[in-house]
Amino acid sequence: MTKTISFILNGDEISCDIQDHWTLLHLLREELGLIGTKEGCGNGECGACTVIVDQLAVNSCLYLAADIQGKQVQTIEGLAVHTGSLHPIQQSFVDNGGIQCGFCTPGMIMSAKALLDKDPEADQEAVKHALAGNICRCTGYVQILDSVAAAGRQMAGKKTDKAAGYGDPGPVTRQPGDQTAGEVTP
Amino acid sequence: MKDYTVVGQRVPKLDAAQKAMGRAEYIQDVRLPGMLYGKILYSSHAHAKITAMDISRALALPGVHAVLTGKDIPSKMRMGFYKDNPPLKAAKVCCFRDEIAAVAAVSEEVAKKAVRLIEVEYEPLPAVFDPEAAMEKDAPLVHEAHKSNVLKLPWKLHYGDVDAAEKASAFVVEDRFTTTWVTHCCLSTSGAVALFDASDNLTVYSNTQIPSLAQKDFQETLGAMGLKGKRVRVIKPVIGGGFGSKLDTYAYEHIAILLAHKCRKPVKILFDRKEEFEATSTRQPTVIYIRQGCDEEGHLTFRDIRMVLDNGGRTSWGATTPSVMMMPITSLYRVPNVRYDAKCVYTNNTYAQAMRGYGNPQATFAIESCMDMLAQKAGIDPVTFRRINRNEPGDETPQGFKITSCGLGQCIDAVEKELTADSPLADGEGIGYASLIHVGGGARIYKSDGCGAILKMDDFGKVDIFTGGTDMGQGLDNMIAQIVAEELGLLAEDINVVHSDTDVCPWDVGAHASRSTFVAGNAALGAAKKARQTLLAFAATLFETAPEDLVMKNRMVWVKNDPEKSMPVDKLLRKAHFSPGGTMLMADYFYDPPNENMGKDFRCNLSVTYSFGVHGVRVHVDRETGKVQVKNYVAAHDVGRAINPMLLEGQVYGGVIMGLGYALSEEVMIKDGQIKNPNFRDYKLFTAKDAVPITAPVIETDDPDGPFGAKGIGEPGCVPTAPAVANAICNAVGVRIKDLPITPEKVLAAIQAQSKGS
Repeated sequence: MTKTISFILNGDEISCDIQDHWTLLHLLREELGLIGTKEGCGNGECGACTVIVDQLAVNSCLYLAADIQGKQVQTIEGLAVHTGSLHPIQQSFVDNGGIQCGFCTPGMIMSAKALLDKDPEADQEAVKHALAGNICRCTGYVQILDSVAAAGRQMAGKKTDKAAGYGDPGPVTRQPGDQTAGEVTP
Repeated sequence: MKDYTVVGQRVPKLDAAQKAMGRAEYIQDVRLPGMLYGKILYSSHAHAKITAMDISRALALPGVHAVLTGKDIPSKMRMGFYKDNPPLKAAKVCCFRDEIAAVAAVSEEVAKKAVRLIEVEYEPLPAVFDPEAAMEKDAPLVHEAHKSNVLKLPWKLHYGDVDAAEKASAFVVEDRFTTTWVTHCCLSTSGAVALFDASDNLTVYSNTQIPSLAQKDFQETLGAMGLKGKRVRVIKPVIGGGFGSKLDTYAYEHIAILLAHKCRKPVKILFDRKEEFEATSTRQPTVIYIRQGCDEEGHLTFRDIRMVLDNGGRTSWGATTPSVMMMPITSLYRVPNVRYDAKCVYTNNTYAQAMRGYGNPQATFAIESCMDMLAQKAGIDPVTFRRINRNEPGDETPQGFKITSCGLGQCIDAVEKELTADSPLADGEGIGYASLIHVGGGARIYKSDGCGAILKMDDFGKVDIFTGGTDMGQGLDNMIAQIVAEELGLLAEDINVVHSDTDVCPWDVGAHASRSTFVAGNAALGAAKKARQTLLAFAATLFETAPEDLVMKNRMVWVKNDPEKSMPVDKLLRKAHFSPGGTMLMADYFYDPPNENMGKDFRCNLSVTYSFGVHGVRVHVDRETGKVQVKNYVAAHDVGRAINPMLLEGQVYGGVIMGLGYALSEEVMIKDGQIKNPNFRDYKLFTAKDAVPITAPVIETDDPDGPFGAKGIGEPGCVPTAPAVANAICNAVGVRIKDLPITPEKVLAAIQAQSKGS
């Protein structure tokens, strides 16, 4: 059965025709071309397809497209603002080594965002709980937990205790114009 | 620490922002105009003859473009190094994983439906699922033509006089250990897209860790199809996890090629998660019999290991893992006399491939568990026992490995310091240690262990470097960029690393054996050195000085003793380009490390250098439930040089958690050849909730042959984890678990047996 639904997708009003049996994941990836949301299992077990529906992190592979009528849906594509800068959670994953192969990353970031939007000061147990449904095979979670913690601190308006860039800012970030030969011993 | 500018920096992974935004394109995201979707039908039996197959209903389904069966497979088309595996099986199936038919259709839904419409009749045959039973005389033959279930593979390394050494030993222990099937669980499932151009040249998009060897495999497939001499191009989309799973070509890739040729359209085959569990390869399971001895002072006298490997119904790289198991068996600690024999035995189970460590975790589990048993018998504490037997720089091991840089002793010190700084052990708590050796400077398992690099610089001071190496998330892109930037006095962000397309990237043997930083890194460094030389020669003419008197750093070139004479690199490049008879800066380099192929006796210097590490873990064991909780984990690795400490730590953390899964929870459960848990609900991976505190001390030994001193670190993180945990459990509650995974059931049963016995 085909039906027409309307919903808010990453801030834009959308109206489209769907089939009753489509999942939200199918609608996003196959029909709307939003490939940032990943399918890792199709059974709600890995969290790679996590998106936010009305402030809740959900597995879009288990969520019927028909059920988003009138709701707000946010995907990874809705996070980077139009200036091209990254959301603090995205930036934190980049800076803290939270990303290796990257396949779990969009889902992981969306789960983290649903939590930190509510409580940027969430403690590590709460973060672990929020990410428990997102499997990562590369990182061992250590740097992902670091990333979420650092993002939370930033979102809570606190100064991060890790350097935002390369670690030791020293010579790497120095621009060519700043260079004086006297400072360098080749 | 040498004065490096970019090497040693925690530069974020070059593609991390793209991935964080959801813009990275994986095999799932490859869509080509007119693309069809392929699906594969697998066997319904572990061992059976195929007596009839009817594809007419599938062919008649609207939207179906082609149906292939084993009869459509050219007779010369065989996969795997043992060549016992056609992409589709015609007469007989040897395991549930056997592919028997495939469909191409306009959508995945239609293709799935068509596969269900294929009718197959089987005549079941007696099957065998235990490798030791499969060696019995009257066992059913998995491949009749092979005449025996034991593969004709020569895994045997004998050195010194084990029998005499055993007689002279003060203490000897022996036991039997087993390791079971586990699997890679890459978050991205497997897939490929194949297409032919109008002249029958082939392009394959595939998740592969071996673009050059896959190109060769696909060329053989084309040859078998009567298309010899046609070109093959392999394009790697962003790879969602490797861990060794992509070191062989798989049936689905060859089937996609056959379907694409038959339909004259691009064909995509993408696995679902169940298929990923059932139709990709596992880590090689083993049965290990070990004897090990030492003298009164605790010096190892001999090591004697016999193994039986369940080869499954077909053969992939799993059957060659004994070649790597030889490494820890002969060379982990100083052991003067060694005997190793391994048999690979066909059964009707699934079959194994490469997986992070390539046999090393299995062998190290037995060796390091046995080390603690021997230490206990000799009355020496486990750390001292390891220190007594540690490898040292300058050693030559029984296999003929020449140890150059070696930080094993420093790793032992670092782990002991970290772990014993904790509070005293509570009731039910224990500490365990285990060490590792691994290849850290390539591993010559093919005619060439080389990798090529092509470098070009533009008018704006930017570099494109085309490497044969493969990034599958582990961070090779950063290794290359940071090495090249360091050599050319640029920033990491100035370097664009291209590693995705055999049409533009040079040859490489593959992303295996923790070799990429060392080999692809040295190749990139070689190209960068040539470019640097050319650029400095040009600048020297310009500044009327000698190239040796120039400094190149932070995007600038200047005269060492006359800093007034300076020029930004981009300006220098433009000057070179636009002067009469202009020069564009380009350089290439092929690095093939000076390591050795194994001889007939398997002795050789397999790698230019070796990586070492020590893991220590503190656990708590619940005596009521058998549950093991990891309280603290320390993983110290001798990496030569950390090119990027953040990415290095990521490799160690990820390896440790994968190793803890191997130790405690992961198992592909197979009953009568059939996988019972092909999903993430029943295959128990660690989640964020199970994350453990890990400290990763980095030992820098500045390897003389590594790029800026670096050695490989991709695999070592998961090698000694299981024995460290087993040793800690034994230290905590006095029971020794010899079969992986160490589930609460096994621990509880051992505790109960122990209390009954006492």
